[in-house]
Amino acid sequence: MGKRVGLFVPCYVNDFYPEAAFSTLEVLESLGFDVVYPENQSCCGQPFLNNGMVYDARKLAERFVDIFADFDFVVAPSSSCIGAVKHRYDGIVKDARYPLLRQRVYELCEFLHDVVGIENLRFQTPFRGRVGLHNSCHALRELGLAAPSELHIPPFSKVRAVLSKIEGLEVVEPSRDECCGFGGTFSIQESAVSAMMGRDRIADHRTNGVDIVAGVDMSCLMHMEGLAKRDGIPVRFVHVAQLMTGRV
Amino acid sequence: MVDHARNAAAFVSDIERTRWHDQALWFVRQKRDRAARSVPEWEKLRESAQKVKSHTLAHLGHYLERFEANARANGIDVRWAADGAALRRIVAEILKEHGAVRVVKSKSMLTEECGLNPHLQSLGIEVTDTDLGERIVQLAGDHPSHIVLPAIHMKKEDVAALFSKHLHTDPGNADAHYLTRAAREHLRQKFLEADAAITGVNFALAEEGGFVVCTNEGNADLGTALPNLHIACMGLEKVIPSAKQLGVFTRLLARSATGQAITTYTSHFMRPKPGGRLVVVIVDNGRSRLLKGRQAGALSCIRCGACMNTCPVYRRSGGHSYGTVVPGPIGSVLAGASDVEKFASLPFACSLCASCDNVCPVRIDLHARLCDEREEAIAVPDYAGKRAGLKMAAFLLRHPKLYEMLMGLARAVLPRLPRGLLYNRFNLWGREREMPIPAKKAFRELYRERRCRRR
Ligand code: SF4
Repeated sequence: MGKRVGLFVPCYVNDFYPEAAFSTLEVLESLGFDVVYPENQSCCGQPFLNNGMVYDARKLAERFVDIFADFDFVVAPSSSCIGAVKHRYDGIVKDARYPLLRQRVYELCEFLHDVVGIENLRFQTPFRGRVGLHNSCHALRELGLAAPSELHIPPFSKVRAVLSKIEGLEVVEPSRDECCGFGGTFSIQESAVSAMMGRDRIADHRTNGVDIVAGVDMSCLMHMEGLAKRDGIPVRFVHVAQLMTGRV
Repeated sequence: MVDHARNAAAFVSDIERTRWHDQALWFVRQKRDRAARSVPEWEKLRESAQKVKSHTLAHLGHYLERFEANARANGIDVRWAADGAALRRIVAEILKEHGAVRVVKSKSMLTEECGLNPHLQSLGIEVTDTDLGERIVQLAGDHPSHIVLPAIHMKKEDVAALFSKHLHTDPGNADAHYLTRAAREHLRQKFLEADAAITGVNFALAEEGGFVVCTNEGNADLGTALPNLHIACMGLEKVIPSAKQLGVFTRLLARSATGQAITTYTSHFMRPKPGGRLVVVIVDNGRSRLLKGRQAGALSCIRCGACMNTCPVYRRSGGHSYGTVVPGPIGSVLAGASDVEKFASLPFACSLCASCDNVCPVRIDLHARLCDEREEAIAVPDYAGKRAGLKMAAFLLRHPKLYEMLMGLARAVLPRLPRGLLYNRFNLWGREREMPIPAKKAFRELYRERRCRRR
């Protein structure tokens, strides 16, 4: 039996985008991991961390650590949740198991790149066509999955490296690696600015002639999907895991 | 309370103008990127700057005393102002001693912060801002909307209209060269007539007892050249140990601010000119209190404005939407730390994208500072509703069974609701976007089914 992977599925992915979670599960299983989805999981606490509600964030963070502490790895189809677990539990969670756990939590592409290794990746289903890649902020600037344009460091992208193993897929990126304007409760509190940010990203992708946009965070994609639908723009938004399984 | 979201919505409603504002500032951000890439050791330089600043702030009393002693030895008069009122009083007194009634002032966000202009004007003293952007907003009776580009909220056509009123230019001519030339002639006259000059301070050198002022228009030099009196107003965080560290900052400042290798004029003031008087007023105005709190790091700021240019929210909401002297990410941090009740909306005027952290030449972790500030901001009465909603969500998320039940209910009911009921005025998400549709079966359910099948 392969190593045990605990699958974390963010609440909104569970309810609105099960194909993203299912694809993640399948990709990990196809690589020989023993994947378990603990059913009592709920939220990593990020929305509360982001709103200064430390008490509520702590309760959820403690649950997270408790539920996932015993796995060899923890993987999630989300960079922002993983970013919260990895970088923002300090001083919030006292659990002695946390320091070890934080080293074993991964966003899906990060896991495939850093733990499995690009050379060991085989995706069965080819994909024909161009896909716009949305670089979400937590992926770029918190987890460091790719080089953000502000930093003077050599360019790299773990996400692109992983996607390059999907036969036939052409990945194009928009001109700005700018925030889509989701930002959790920001999207409703600052709805006007948030919407303009999202519309600008969609327009940027459209100049590349893509009708599918993929990313590692369904939350950003959910926001842009809502805008595109409202505006009648024919773009679809999918999680990168779906490109790997062909569940598009 | 300043309502950033409402101010921002008003700004965004003029979509063409907002797009122009966004693109103008993004252009500056890109210039900054190119300038940063021209320095191979850029990221190391930022680290050095951060270290120098945090060292200096940790020993601030020591360096300020060194600066005072060495500046006095150079013949510079050093005064201390505990707050804005003290600065206003001190400057007014000195001007009175010299019988000065016409003052030229180069750019200083500190004097803006302390309300120096209106105070001096109320005493019958004419103050002319000599930085072009500041002169434009001064003529418009407005405030700067950006710390480096004070008039970035105005288009060329707005300036043409303004100048035609005050400088009698052709209202139909919005050519930048034409307008700049007109401003230059107008300012030349002011320089010639001035009795005193006021400047800001970019860097004070403790070891040398002098200070440095950076401008692109040379207006600090022109202003101080003729009058015998020069008053420099400096925030107490502006001191650095010595000229040895200066290069770190001058290399970072202009590249971060405008993408230039260095500001056109980097003027060193080391002593009064023969027969003249040079006064430095060191201003606290809340800074020492800030130094003791958890936002102390914000005092490292060298006011380059890069965090504004890169901020996707600032570019789409304009500097005035913040209701502060310093807008944008750093402005929100400073305002939130000074008066959380009044500025509670500012820490939330941020999508936490963290781009500002990456451009900041002194590496202030701005987005984390803003996130920290939300702890106090969410507790203000205005956010009682938001807080209660989040509390309820947290409760549900701690009880996944209950949460699953409710989501099941929503899955059954939502698709049947008439659109008008669903997209009501309380549905803030739905104002601009369609709601996501709950999947027929949640992942949890699919997972369960699959496990049963496999047994
Ligand atoms: S916080 Fe940093 S980026 Fe923003 S103005 Fe200050 S020094 Fe520049």
